[in-house]
Amino acid sequence: MRFAFTEDQLEFRDAVRDLLAHECPPAVVRAAWDDVDGRSGPVWGALAEMGVLGAGAPEDQGGLGFSVLDLVLITEETGYVALPEPFVEHAVVAVPALPDAASAAAGEVLVTAGLGGAAFVPYVGSADLLVAEEDDVLVVVARDELIIRPETSVDGSRRLGWVEWDVATAIGDAGALDAAFDRGALGTAAQLVGLTRRMLDLTVDYVKEREQFGVPIGSFQAVKHHLADARIALDFARPLVYRAAWSLAEGEPDASVHVSMAKALASDAATLTAQHTLQCHGAMGYSFEYDLHLYMKRAWTLAASWGDAAWHRARVGRAIL
Amino acid sequence: MDLRFTEQEGAFRAECRSWLEANVPRGLPSGDTREGFGLHLEWERMLFDARFAVVSWPEQYGGRGASPMEWLIFEEEYYRAGGPQRVTQNGIFLLAPTVFDFGTEAQKDHILPRMARGDDLWAQGWSEPGAGSDLAGIQSKAARDEAAGGWRLSGQKTWTTRGAFCTHLFGLFRSDPEAERHRGLTYFLVPLDAPGVTVRGFGRLDGDEGFAEVFLDDVFVADDAVLGEVHQGWGVAMATTSVERGLTLRSPGRFMAAADRLLDLYRDTDGVDATDPTLRDQVVRAWIDAEAYRWQTFLTVTRMTDGDNVGSESSMTKIFWSELDVRIHEAALGILGPAAEVGDNPWMKGYQFALSGPIYAGTNEIQRNVIAERVLGLPRR
Repeated sequence: MRFAFTEDQLEFRDAVRDLLAHECPPAVVRAAWDDVDGRSGPVWGALAEMGVLGAGAPEDQGGLGFSVLDLVLITEETGYVALPEPFVEHAVVAVPALPDAASAAAGEVLVTAGLGGAAFVPYVGSADLLVAEEDDVLVVVARDELIIRPETSVDGSRRLGWVEWDVATAIGDAGALDAAFDRGALGTAAQLVGLTRRMLDLTVDYVKEREQFGVPIGSFQAVKHHLADARIALDFARPLVYRAAWSLAEGEPDASVHVSMAKALASDAATLTAQHTLQCHGAMGYSFEYDLHLYMKRAWTLAASWGDAAWHRARVGRAIL
Repeated sequence: MDLRFTEQEGAFRAECRSWLEANVPRGLPSGDTREGFGLHLEWERMLFDARFAVVSWPEQYGGRGASPMEWLIFEEEYYRAGGPQRVTQNGIFLLAPTVFDFGTEAQKDHILPRMARGDDLWAQGWSEPGAGSDLAGIQSKAARDEAAGGWRLSGQKTWTTRGAFCTHLFGLFRSDPEAERHRGLTYFLVPLDAPGVTVRGFGRLDGDEGFAEVFLDDVFVADDAVLGEVHQGWGVAMATTSVERGLTLRSPGRFMAAADRLLDLYRDTDGVDATDPTLRDQVVRAWIDAEAYRWQTFLTVTRMTDGDNVGSESSMTKIFWSELDVRIHEAALGILGPAAEVGDNPWMKGYQFALSGPIYAGTNEIQRNVIAERVLGLPRR
């Protein structure tokens, strides 16, 4: 038993973290709210150039042959910056499933995904391909075949669409469909871990600076305990996310149950942290100009996507009871 | 990352499982009663003879030199087999790590094997009537007796777990009344049969005589009763307490076993969904949380093996397991409904014990302060 990432995995994570810290600050997320596609602009291309978008594809398709385990820390970093892109759908769900992922790996083609009975699909308006389910198999739908009814999200940088299609191409059987859904849920759980870290970091900095009654509000026990609880929720969700990534990568028989435990705790950790960090900011956090809500709203939407906590607990319950 | 157990770990697990399944005693009375304590001690001595009492200790002191991962495996198997509470735990898990770090060779050779065999039974003497969460407020005194080559201890310790049944006490005493609160303390090892010691057991919430007051009236101890440096007792106590408090005292195996029993209770209770459909969700939550504690521990132990200092992070562990234990028992009481109060239901007994978790070993409010200040870096007041 050895529960640690390799040096290579950590170095790649650090490189992606540095790139995103530089390229995807809050101003970029805020700009995406006003962008017609709700997207990040040059950040997506930078990630393609770095090999991140196609990392999950085989090397002969321009990828790096990364497993879900290799991708999990990177995905967490895209959550930390609230990257306004369908990163999980494209890089974690679709790229490993497409028969030829070369153009998606290069970032020339944008792929999104809607599985598990999802009512609407993120960023489908700007996608070239949709990975979806039809008659219990995994299919891909070309843009030309899609009828899209655009929809807005409470997270202004998420562009949604209700979709219909007539013609789709099967790319995987029921097993592939289940695996793709589990990758989506796991990737989303990783992003929620990143978002939880971000909300907590932002708030720790704030309560150290903000003074009331002549002292930093972070010196008050009521504030300390809110943030300690958020940190505990984070620290006990995270290992289940990494463990589920390992189980998926290794094809463990109970991998789906492991994914559900991870998504349930990651969703709950992010939801709790959103509430506690808002409270610790007071009216400042309630201000639209302040950045906290960018991360909070993403956390709300992802907590409910790819199965919310209750849905995933029910799936665990079916396995153990 | 490889989350499979190694062949060696698997073999160790198999050895633990087969011995424990064949030997774990059934239906012992509570170890926090006089009668039960004696029966528990017999079990502890069986564990020692089979070299399972202190698996992680070096062989010379009665252990097997097991790795931290193997120790976790032992714990999982111990509670899976229905092993009873360890009445020796406060010595083995709270004092021994400090002896390993600060004891002289003579102290290690004398104290550790006797502790492992259950010859000496150690109680923790930290809390006092006026020093609970504010531990540095300790008033019990140690006065130097130069002529006799030792110290004279006076004062009162209280809420001392199983103090009425133990033979020895480890505790902090104020050796320098002039020094700043944290600096003038010394860590002493005190035989409870020394002249001047009076021990009075008293009942806990659950009715068992699990607590004791220990009165010390001019009790003489020699210089070799000091653990670590004189006046450095606070540092000695704190250096090893955090990990012990967090992980070692209550490892995941205990809660995994409790969560599994909760699943059994849910399955075996007819019509439980009809009375309260939220119970199922509570049961699943508790089970997932026990898994979360297990995997968080594997991650932490791997980090410790790699040389990381987890220090104050273990306050998170203490909060997590103690509140998980309460949730597991709350779910069980919900399933039992009115049956919970009847007779001596083990879940009701367990619930009362679980409620002590957020209080002992540093209240969870204190732990949350520690997390905020030392993990998150928020300012102290």
